[in-house]
Amino acid sequence: MHDEPAIETAGLSKSYGRVTVLKGIDLRVARGEVLALLGPNGAGKTTTVRILATLTRPDGGTARIAGHDVVADARRVRRVISLTGQYAAVDENQTGAENLRMMARLRRLSRPQARRRAAELLERFDLADAADRRVATYSGGMRRRLDLACGLVTDPEVVFLDEPTTGLDPRSRQAMWRVVGELTATGVTVLLTTQYLEEADRLADRIALLDGGRVVAEGTAAELKDRVAAAQLTMVLTSTDAFEAALHALGGRVTQLDSARRSLAVATDGSAAHVRSLLDEIDPGRTAVESFAVREATLDDVFLTLTGTTKEAAGV
Amino acid sequence: MSDLLAWPVLAGRGLRLSMRNLEALLISLMLPVLLMLLFVYIFGGAIRTDTDYVTYAVPGVLLLCCSYGASLTAVGVAEDMTQGVVDRFRSMDVGGPALLAAHVTASTLRNLLSTAMVMAVALLIGFRPDAGPLGWLAGLGVLVAFIVAMSAVSAAVGLVAKTTEAASGFTFFVLFLPYPSSAFVPVDTMPGWLHGFAEHQPATPIIESVRGLLLDQPVGDRPWTALAWCGVLLLASVALSGPLFRRRTR
Ligand SMILES: Nc1ncnc2c1ncn2[C@@H]1O[C@H](COP(=O)(O)OP(=O)(O)O)[C@@H](O)[C@H]1O
Ligand SMILES: [Mg+2]
Repeated sequence: MHDEPAIETAGLSKSYGRVTVLKGIDLRVARGEVLALLGPNGAGKTTTVRILATLTRPDGGTARIAGHDVVADARRVRRVISLTGQYAAVDENQTGAENLRMMARLRRLSRPQARRRAAELLERFDLADAADRRVATYSGGMRRRLDLACGLVTDPEVVFLDEPTTGLDPRSRQAMWRVVGELTATGVTVLLTTQYLEEADRLADRIALLDGGRVVAEGTAAELKDRVAAAQLTMVLTSTDAFEAALHALGGRVTQLDSARRSLAVATDGSAAHVRSLLDEIDPGRTAVESFAVREATLDDVFLTLTGTTKEAAGV
Repeated sequence: MSDLLAWPVLAGRGLRLSMRNLEALLISLMLPVLLMLLFVYIFGGAIRTDTDYVTYAVPGVLLLCCSYGASLTAVGVAEDMTQGVVDRFRSMDVGGPALLAAHVTASTLRNLLSTAMVMAVALLIGFRPDAGPLGWLAGLGVLVAFIVAMSAVSAAVGLVAKTTEAASGFTFFVLFLPYPSSAFVPVDTMPGWLHGFAEHQPATPIIESVRGLLLDQPVGDRPWTALAWCGVLLLASVALSGPLFRRRTR
């Protein structure tokens, strides 16, 4: 039983009306592993999580959580999972403690057990001081932490976190990363979704890149990073001829281009030496490059590189 | 099974949440009391009834109070449906039946409280029912049946409403339902074309049962008609709520 993966899907597909959202998702998450489902808005992250959490039926394919089928054995699945959705699911007009006690009671804890568990979680999530305040008075970060705590009243085997930090300010995001980090350190299996490469990198053992309803790349952060540069060197060329020449010289290394603005981008590690050598390579006469900028790789760059859908589409 | 265990927990939640929505709570208390004062002291003198006008009007006011109070269930349900709460509950194997039953239960308890308060004001301003304990019990029974049925109807409406605003619109509509009935004015004083509706709409047998039972007057089969209406409304809403809930949570 225990060598079964915590999450396993095969050919998961889903459409809403004429819109095909998932086109065959294959995932495998080992027990104790943390997988980040990384993808832009509309990629199908929430849909995937909702199917795995038994809230939506897939149109095709299968999914098993801890060996239980999400459609046929939905009840069993619900006993071992916890879901913290994209939008906070706590009651504004109950206090933090009341929300937690209610969740604990719904998980069949006795009243005294529920009270004890709520107190523990409030302490652990740094909410003890706000325990008896209504959630309406909480900051966005406190609300997310409470929302996460609500999913942990009984220790679940598999935890789903749908965009745990979207919309949070940098400090609250740091705090959330810390709590999620502590959670994953306990050895529970976590599937989290995010739009941020940095977040996936920080929190996950492995990343699955979701795009257009498919997993387009999968691997550890290091593996993916080897395929995607840390930074991009963007250049604007002085003339159309210079632009064509640079394009020719760089060939497949061009990650983005915009011929109307005579600009193109190429991957770099961001070091002065590498940038200088790139510029020298493209522009030995020092007349072809009008201006350049180095910027951190964005999710777009990762996608452009890994999906191979380079060029004009993205713009620069 | 799990829904049966979740029901009381969620009913407690519903009660807490509605007690903390001060605005809604105040309106659902003040409105019937103000309307009662309005009818009794301002319009009352001009309306001819067999009994003292206060005594005539109080059952109608009670019904108005309960129907408005119960209709707030629609807002609570719509709120839950438009936020992530339902997803979390479902992922914990707490389904629609528990959630909706809890809303109806909380609404019933809340409305019993406001009924008691409206009754207290009514007694203060001269409402003098002659019923014995049995009459009170029967009158209260009809009222409770109505509250439960109306709350279930409202829960179903809350499942249909796309927004909480739409659900509040329903509470407004409900406020007007008791007027074309014998709640405040005897039906035979209304224009002929209204008689059919006023006499046969559910509010009329309910109000007349409550009035007859509290005043110890002969009621005939009115209470049975009232209970039958409540039963039909309850069953219809429960039957509709299943598919409505599933449609909203696909
Ligand atoms: N209930 C629904 N009905 C219709 N379309 C939906 C529904 N849920 C999601 N979609 C569509 O499916 C696509 C993927 O959505 P979602 O899974 O929420 O993406 P993500 O979470 O990655 O942003 C979007 O285009 C969205 O509009
Ligand atoms: Mg989403």
